[in-house]
Amino acid sequence: MSKPTSILDRQIMRPKNDQVSMSAFAYLYSELVQYHQTRVSSISELEQRLSSSGYGVGFKVLELLAYRSKEQSHLTPPISHTVDKPKTKRETRIMAILQFISSAVWKSLFGRPADSLEKSIDHADEYMIFDCNPITSNFVSVHQSSADAYISGIIAGVLEGAGFSARVSAHTVDVEEGESRNGYIGLPSRKDKAVFLVKFAEKVLQRDTALER
Amino acid sequence: MAFLDLFIVNKSGGLIHHRSLSEKAPQIGTNEWLRIGSTFHSLHAIAAEASPVRGKIDDGIELIESEGLVLCCFQTRTGIKFVLTAEPGTGYLQKVLKEIYVAYTDCALKDPFYELEMPIRCELFTQAVNDVMSRFGNR
Repeated sequence: MSKPTSILDRQIMRPKNDQVSMSAFAYLYSELVQYHQTRVSSISELEQRLSSSGYGVGFKVLELLAYRSKEQSHLTPPISHTVDKPKTKRETRIMAILQFISSAVWKSLFGRPADSLEKSIDHADEYMIFDCNPITSNFVSVHQSSADAYISGIIAGVLEGAGFSARVSAHTVDVEEGESRNGYIGLPSRKDKAVFLVKFAEKVLQRDTALER
Repeated sequence: MAFLDLFIVNKSGGLIHHRSLSEKAPQIGTNEWLRIGSTFHSLHAIAAEASPVRGKIDDGIELIESEGLVLCCFQTRTGIKFVLTAEPGTGYLQKVLKEIYVAYTDCALKDPFYELEMPIRCELFTQAVNDVMSRFGNR
């Protein structure tokens, strides 16, 4: 079998060690942010542009993860009927898709699941995904929530692809005492963590309550 | 081991960062520091020209030792100079400078909101330098 020459020839099944260096990503992402910064006139425009950059990534990640999990269940040879084969299930409930994002999507993109997923008490249509060390704002000193707009775009893309239209925004909250998790070796630990606020559209909530019955 | 001051000079001679690392550091105003930065930059360049042996690109002043002060300078490939002053007898100066250089690449160069050659105003960089100082036992 000849060696694959371009990325399109590589197998879509993930090889064991496909990590990219953090510095490489940091420099590339820093250039992306600077590129947009020279073309906008306000910080909210910058966030919009970063968010739409991440949107496309979200769509593709959803397709890729669904394909890979299906492939795995297809490739396992038929064994005894007592063993359950993993099936790809299309998520239709809000909590299910959010859990998929905070575990599967986060693990495939960042190598670890998100820190927590919470439902907002004040608003029925808001959910929050917490991440103590988002890689987009790892090296950013100010405007961290603007740099995280890329990840909120990814989340919005995944949700839109799965059929849940939502608005996602990135914010920072202070880390409480005793809660901070050690970040990356060599970097000072962050004083705040990122929270991605997911606000679902009205019809999504209505559909969800209708499905509950 | 008492480090006194850290200052960083960009490739055109302007001071982009200064901080004092202990209470024994002399209290000098900001304008004075700017002057010191550009003076050091010029002296560094003159020393490279005046050297009888021309070596690599990063020729220039590396170490100044005197009775009351030790000054160590580390110049990067891009012309940025990291200068550290300390009390005589302090060791590990080169190592500390390299660590600060690593902190600079991490916290300033990877920050999309930091403009190159401009004064460093990154919170992460200050914290990282604090960490380096506490690792090398600055009291």
